[in-house]
Amino acid sequence: MAFIEIDNLERTIGGNKILKGIDIELEKGGFLVLVGPSGCGKSTLLSAIAGLQQPTGGDIRIDGDSVVNLHPSKRDIAMVFQSYALYPNMTVGENIAFPLEMAGTPKESRAQAVGGVAKTLQIEHLLDRKPGQLSGGQRQRVAMARALVRKPRLFLFDEPLSNLDAKLRVEVRAEIKRLHQNTHATIIYVTHDQIEAMTLATKIVVMKDGIIQQAGTPAQIYNTPANMFVADFMGSPAMNMLPGTVTADGLGVALAAGNFTVPLASPLAPGRKITLGLRSEAIGPEKSEFGIAMDLPVEIVEPTGSDLYLWLRLGSALVSARFPATFEQKPGAVQPVWLDLTRAVVFDTESTARIG
Amino acid sequence: MSAQEMAIATGAGPARWSRVVIYGLLIVFALFYLTPLFVMLSTSFKTLDEIRAGNIIQLPAHPTADAWGKAWGSACIGVTCEGIRGYFWNSIKMVVPAVLISTVLGALNGYVLTKWRFPGHKIVFGMMLFACFIPFQSVLIPMARVLGALGLSNSTAGLVLVHVIYGLGFTTLFFRNYYDTFPTELIQSAQMDGAGFFTIFRRILLPSSAPIIVVTVIYQFTNIWNDFLFGVSFSSGDNSPMTVALNNLVSSSTGVKEYNVDMAAAVIAALPTLIVYVVAGRYFMRGLMAGAIKG
Repeated sequence: MAFIEIDNLERTIGGNKILKGIDIELEKGGFLVLVGPSGCGKSTLLSAIAGLQQPTGGDIRIDGDSVVNLHPSKRDIAMVFQSYALYPNMTVGENIAFPLEMAGTPKESRAQAVGGVAKTLQIEHLLDRKPGQLSGGQRQRVAMARALVRKPRLFLFDEPLSNLDAKLRVEVRAEIKRLHQNTHATIIYVTHDQIEAMTLATKIVVMKDGIIQQAGTPAQIYNTPANMFVADFMGSPAMNMLPGTVTADGLGVALAAGNFTVPLASPLAPGRKITLGLRSEAIGPEKSEFGIAMDLPVEIVEPTGSDLYLWLRLGSALVSARFPATFEQKPGAVQPVWLDLTRAVVFDTESTARIG
Repeated sequence: MSAQEMAIATGAGPARWSRVVIYGLLIVFALFYLTPLFVMLSTSFKTLDEIRAGNIIQLPAHPTADAWGKAWGSACIGVTCEGIRGYFWNSIKMVVPAVLISTVLGALNGYVLTKWRFPGHKIVFGMMLFACFIPFQSVLIPMARVLGALGLSNSTAGLVLVHVIYGLGFTTLFFRNYYDTFPTELIQSAQMDGAGFFTIFRRILLPSSAPIIVVTVIYQFTNIWNDFLFGVSFSSGDNSPMTVALNNLVSSSTGVKEYNVDMAAAVIAALPTLIVYVVAGRYFMRGLMAGAIKG
């Protein structure tokens, strides 16, 4: 039995099904990231777990006990909101102490707990300030301190980094990761940013239109996406998608992009419409045991500092290929590349599901 | 910078003339609006003889505060001759609880209508809003019946009740629009932290409500203090509020008409609202603006 069990959860708002039967399990100490495009229902799911919105069907169990009918404050869950939701009229210290005060903790132990948390998050010097006097990163830290101080059995994060600038986002992201490693807290984290999902999660749940597309470890999601949506949504640059038709002998696929035929690792029914998915790192200079060599014209050169991405013309399609940063190439040149087909993912074009 | 902006910046040419016109107009209008107050004040410090003989705009030749003393303590209203003192306190006793109760209830209504929405909250708010547009006259008779049934006829408590009910539409409107823009995440966060309905209201919402509280208090205070119709309809004799007493004083037909006493009493009657505006006026504008932009 898992620590968190979400069982066939449904939520209907005004006749629209926002959540269509969500099943999630999470072990104690796990870091679950709910990711998906806006409007996929991930924030609604988080609100349902928090108790801020009542589900219309299904069950949520923490440690074996259903919490669906419990008031938010009785669930022993703390939440960090997107806007941080710091109480503007209270000082930072009062903000952090508020949940303890509401729980009736005596003043001395309250001060002690606040001091301890403030030390962990390095905000001791801010305790007497008002939230209005803090920077975005500091507010973020105070919001986390307020969640931490209760020592809840579950933390919820609702897009906590989306109001920070790019540099700060990476810093705070690392801090959240360290927090998780040090406290072994159980965390459910909502984001629309797939990089946040990949870097933070021990388990990722990809959602779309109120349905779970795939749940798994970051590596599973990245390397063996369950369908074309997950393949396209996760990873940057997105996975190269090459639609085509299986050849008459069943051993290759004729790409729709142009006059190219690519071999298949395992034979498929001739004439079947499939889509070949290749990550940009599966297209590059180095050969592997199974694949195909091609000479493709370079259209765009994208140096990222750590890598060099080449956008190559493959018939009517444009594919991205990853090269070492030291590699030199110019637009217009022809680049010989190796398509590493051991890492190719095969999707059924009609159902969009992965078949190999 | 355009030619016109240059002219303004250097304070020369046509810009200076438009300044003169603007300030000239402002001064003329200010004088126009201040004249009645000036006449009231100067008349109240004159003796009756001087009023009869002199020019209305002339300053008092021998200023005396006799009329003020008489208005406050010994002028005859109806059959009693104890001045407006008692009625002034009647008004205070009516205004203070009525303002406080209607403001607190309005804040609670606004809180519920924005943060604890229930099915039909829009209809409820619409009906409360409608209360703002009901003419005073149309509720007089039903209200008199209700007050009679409650045993509150001709009492300060009855007037307080009337003003609270009538003010509720406005105070609810003010607070609802203000709280509409108050981040709901703060309420949710407080809920998760274990705060209940009233704790959230008292600890989270009210401390952030100062601007709208000032607006509501000023609005309610001036309205209730200056009300005449409810006062004259639901109270009589010694229980009348200031406005009714002032009317009775001015229209008392015994003896000569003491304009200086009437003027002094009128200024006393207007004083509390004036003080409220002077003290809290700038918050009033700020709060109104905040409501206007956010609402």
